[in-house]
Amino acid sequence: MHKKACVAMLLAGGQGSRLGILTQKLAKPAVPFGGKYRIIDFPLSNCNNSGIDTVGVLTQYKPLALNSYIGIGSAWDLDRMNGGVFVLPPYVKEQGGEWYKGTADAICQNSNFIDRFNPETVLILSGDHIYKMDYSLMLEFHQKQQADATIAVIEVPLDEASRFGIMNTDNEQRIIDFEEKPAEPKSNLASMGIYIFSWPVLKKYLFEDELNQDSTHDFGHDIIPKMLADKRNLRAYSFRGYWKDVGTVESYWQANMDLLGEKPELNLYDSKWRIYSSNPPRPPHYTSTTAKITNSIIAEGCLILGEVENSVLFPDVYVGPGAKVKNSIIMSGAHIEDHVVTDKAIIGRKTVLKQGTVVAAKKLDGQQKIVVLDIDMIIPPHTTIEASLSCSPPEDALCKREE
Amino acid sequence: MIDLMGIINLNEAEEHLGELSRSRSLASIPFAGRYRLIDFVLSNMVNSEISNVGIFIQHKYRSLVDHLRSGKDWDLARKRDGLFVLPPAYTRTPMQVHRGDVENLYSNLDYIYQSRQKYVIIAGANIVSNMDYRVILEYHKNTEADITVLYTKANCGTHDCVRSNILGLSPEGRVLTISEFKDTGGYQNMSIDMFIMKKDLLIDLVNQCIARGDYDFVKHCIIKNVKKLKVYGYHHPGYAARISSLQSYFQHSMELLNPHIWKELFFKSGLIYTKVKDEAPAKYIHETEVTNSLIASGCYVEGKVENSILFRGVKVLKGAYIKNSVIMQKGNIGPGVILENVICDKDVHITANKQLKGEYSYPLVIKKGRVI
Repeated sequence: MHKKACVAMLLAGGQGSRLGILTQKLAKPAVPFGGKYRIIDFPLSNCNNSGIDTVGVLTQYKPLALNSYIGIGSAWDLDRMNGGVFVLPPYVKEQGGEWYKGTADAICQNSNFIDRFNPETVLILSGDHIYKMDYSLMLEFHQKQQADATIAVIEVPLDEASRFGIMNTDNEQRIIDFEEKPAEPKSNLASMGIYIFSWPVLKKYLFEDELNQDSTHDFGHDIIPKMLADKRNLRAYSFRGYWKDVGTVESYWQANMDLLGEKPELNLYDSKWRIYSSNPPRPPHYTSTTAKITNSIIAEGCLILGEVENSVLFPDVYVGPGAKVKNSIIMSGAHIEDHVVTDKAIIGRKTVLKQGTVVAAKKLDGQQKIVVLDIDMIIPPHTTIEASLSCSPPEDALCKREE
Repeated sequence: MIDLMGIINLNEAEEHLGELSRSRSLASIPFAGRYRLIDFVLSNMVNSEISNVGIFIQHKYRSLVDHLRSGKDWDLARKRDGLFVLPPAYTRTPMQVHRGDVENLYSNLDYIYQSRQKYVIIAGANIVSNMDYRVILEYHKNTEADITVLYTKANCGTHDCVRSNILGLSPEGRVLTISEFKDTGGYQNMSIDMFIMKKDLLIDLVNQCIARGDYDFVKHCIIKNVKKLKVYGYHHPGYAARISSLQSYFQHSMELLNPHIWKELFFKSGLIYTKVKDEAPAKYIHETEVTNSLIASGCYVEGKVENSILFRGVKVLKGAYIKNSVIMQKGNIGPGVILENVICDKDVHITANKQLKGEYSYPLVIKKGRVI
């Protein structure tokens, strides 16, 4: 195995509980996005496009969909002879096994994996964000600054800064102070959760942290503050561009809507920086003589006979005649029968809305909540749904029966 | 595991497709918004559990080889069996002049010998359909035929049957005659030039043909032997489009706008695979009028599209109006352009406010890469 300049470690074990029904049955990085993708396509495609060919994906929560999706990584050109993608779940050791206790612990438990490639640096990523970023530029910056650690930062509005980990830097991008979710932020440089560490340095800190009983074994809480306290060379790498955390139903919905329009901030049509994904073999979608489509994204295999407006449709969606799909995200294989109305809704995979059903929350003071429907549901004709619904098989009447 | 191997014999006359086949073989002509013609027969084979497919190519195969690569997109990149692309080895033919497809089969006879399957299906790439060859193999075994020929009831009154072979059948389905289509309309038993037989018989037929100095597989190996061998016809009841001319290409493209045909062709007994492109889903801007059309991924639609097919990555800008047309990959249709009955080959750029019009019976073809 010859030496790698950089190995990426992608933290994909989080539950993403704030996404509610969307992550009830699968891990957050596997949540579908943008009419075709899953969230994890973004960091994995960034890796490929940045020339990083060795990626460890740390999984823990409901990994089935995620594992089968990653497979051997061929969708992202990461099925390589030397390197490639590796799925790394927690495992049992001589002294017994344990779950990943935190982000730092997850890396520490897999230090033997990283050592196999003997890299100079390790890139830590998370599977929670929608963005396009050239990691090779950040790596160049890290090497030029001879940093022990480089943290990618983005400018956020000052009034939102207290939701993030905030950096204070001197004029050479050296980090002098780091606060996790500060009440009174001193700057608006937020950590993007993307780190490059010099591997020998990180390894030392990880093993020390492992022995510390009081530690939460988290990069933001424990490792970075400890390195700062030791006056290590920590640098902030400024990133400009679209970057969106899709941690909540609202931000997830918004990030999907952000793709619409003439010139969205995130361009998915750039052939120089493609976002790779699995490509289901589906024909071009068909729009009938009665179809009316406005400002929307529509994937292959769809059959559109009704109206679609400001919406994102995944593959194989059927929209019947007279149906109105508005401000909605419709997952693959969903079946919207005639005269159904959806407004600000997220309809799960293969869910069937029988004719005349209305899925929309009531408007209160001009505000409308997002209604989320689970996967594999069957909603009887002429039902009105104003709040999110999930289904738990087998006894639930709203669940599809096994055929 | 099915005891059947596939041979795709690319011997169709492509000159009748004009500009579309100028730099490519018929097999790699783009069709249906994201496919090439060969995808249909190849996917049918894969969906019928055939794992050993030999593609006998003749000439102009750069785009085809680029399309197929390792066969991975059809799940045919295998350790055992898989996809074999077999060009002619002219040195093994007498006089080193290439006259027909039998010579190609003959020069690659080793491949056929070495294949471990007992039965073989031989097909061309000019038929667009979705069929399960397992059913046909069963039929072939049940009738104890030497050769089974697939045919469809083609309406030669409205469709192009020119240069096709018409079967004369006995009531129990035995093929009595095979003759070239004469200019008579109505429904005909049109051969779709797919044959199932034992591999050993194929090898015998090829050797016989070569020994006699013959060179055309269908004419000399099959038709000459109709009386001698037990040849049966199998009627394919579903959709089968024969692409043999520019008119039939255009006509069958427009048929895809019928959702019943769309569903049958793309979903019935299996999905149709093609080389993947990693395009984002299609995007509609503002108020668009897109009716009765097929829109592939990566498209960007601002204008009006009616009764048309847009391939992957096509851009239709503001005020453009596309009617009864086929726009192939990466076409860029500028603002205010009006197109009717036009086929744009790949990478065509029509600049602002141009108006181009063909006839439904004679569509206007814009050459690959042209800027107008």
